[in-house]
Amino acid sequence: MTEPVVSMKNIRYSYENKNVLANINFEIPQGSFMGLVGPNGGGKTTLVKLILGLLKPDQGSIHIFNEPINKLKDQNKIGFVSQKANSFNKGFPATVFEVVSAGLTSKIGYFKFINKAHKSKILETIDQVGMLDYAYENIGNLSGGQQQRIFIARALVSDPELIILDEPTVGIDYENVKRFYELLHQLHHVQNKTLLLVTHDTGTMTEYATDIVCLNKTLHFHGNPEEYSSLTEKDLSQFYGHPVNIVTHNH
Amino acid sequence: MLADFFQYDFLRYTFLTGLLIGVIAPLLGTFIVVRRLSLIADALSHVTLAGIAFGLMAEKKFGLMIGPLYSGMVFSVIGSVLIEKLRTIYKAYQELAIPIILSAGVGLSVIFISIADGFNTDLFNYLFGSVSAVSKNDFFMILGISIFVVLVVVFLYKELFTLSFDEEHATISGLHAKRIHLLFIVLTALVIAASIRIVGVLLVSALMTLPVAASMRLAKGFKQMMLLSILFGELSVIIGLVSGYYLSIPPGGTIVMVSIIILLIAIGIKRIRSKPEKARNSA
Repeated sequence: MTEPVVSMKNIRYSYENKNVLANINFEIPQGSFMGLVGPNGGGKTTLVKLILGLLKPDQGSIHIFNEPINKLKDQNKIGFVSQKANSFNKGFPATVFEVVSAGLTSKIGYFKFINKAHKSKILETIDQVGMLDYAYENIGNLSGGQQQRIFIARALVSDPELIILDEPTVGIDYENVKRFYELLHQLHHVQNKTLLLVTHDTGTMTEYATDIVCLNKTLHFHGNPEEYSSLTEKDLSQFYGHPVNIVTHNH
Repeated sequence: MLADFFQYDFLRYTFLTGLLIGVIAPLLGTFIVVRRLSLIADALSHVTLAGIAFGLMAEKKFGLMIGPLYSGMVFSVIGSVLIEKLRTIYKAYQELAIPIILSAGVGLSVIFISIADGFNTDLFNYLFGSVSAVSKNDFFMILGISIFVVLVVVFLYKELFTLSFDEEHATISGLHAKRIHLLFIVLTALVIAASIRIVGVLLVSALMTLPVAASMRLAKGFKQMMLLSILFGELSVIIGLVSGYYLSIPPGGTIVMVSIIILLIAIGIKRIRSKPEKARNSA
């Protein structure tokens, strides 16, 4: 069995004396497509921030690519896509090319310039997310779904091994969400990327993910989509702390 | 029309200095505007005024010839570091740092001016700019600052852009966001101190923001916006300086009014351009 990409042991994190996360033990195996679900305020984003090194746990250890998180040398092994399509400043005057090039900034290093090889890599990545026709358009002129593809390209351009997506489909219409999942599927299957997807949209996600984790302060479930689908409403109510109605998507 | 500017030394230095600040003010202004920090330039210019008042007071009262431009620069840089400190103290209300530093600048200025029993035309020149105030020494110092600023922006362009577009992403990808930001704010302080001789304390932030506001309407992409801002900045400085000289008006006023006219034209062009698009879209 291959080494896990992320391994969290006995993690506790509290904010203003409130336990946000407790007793978290889990691993993200290499090559998996993990879906992370749970109620609002259940600590999903906090968990992501711990993996990204933006927060430090009160207790426990985090290893990334087998190294303690504070010794991780190459941040570019992790790509991150946030809910940016909703929250970024839409008037920002930058072209798609410029936005994607920002994904290479730290990889290229200080005092160095973008060269021809970087430029073709940027265009190739924009092509990969199907947005090459828009490479020199201002990002503000694109739709939410298109912008989110650009943010994926920015995360991809530095060739990360692990890609973390925090609710990337919020505010994107159904058709585009579907195309979005197809893109993730291709990244996972064709390019062997490890994916961690935080989402509310459990319906579509179960069609693509290989592992599902339910988080509400602590991990309530960790299994494959079949096991997740066989959970009853009663089980889920326990995870969420309130009654849940299972809605099936038939498409 | 430009003949006088090449004939007389003092005008020549003013003109050359004007060309320099026409580049560096909009250059940094581009990052300032997109990061929504426009008011920081105002706060820092008022702190610079306190430094200038301090320099003038030291000269008049104690015979210390520090040079008001140098004391202004020192105050401005200290002010920029304090703004950053305050922004970390008031994390949820970062904009509070601006009125705090701005009012401290004005307060200190009033105190220094009254200790010195007031200044005369000198202070007026610092407030609104002057066509005859740039000495040879001033020019060489401003040339040094300009070279430094341009080099930093060229060599750290991709970092500054990445940070301006998305600070969270910049931090996650491993950039030293805080250090780069501090360096940037110190550069801003230097550019403001350098620009004050010509445009004056009250109008220096205009030269950093108005050309950017105009180019934002027209440019495609960030780099293009930056170059267009510099072009508009240069146009404003040249037309403003020459007309200010011939009309005997402080150049701060004429430079800013030229920038405003450019801005209005840019808004007009954008309207005309987007009308056919809208018509097409609604058809």
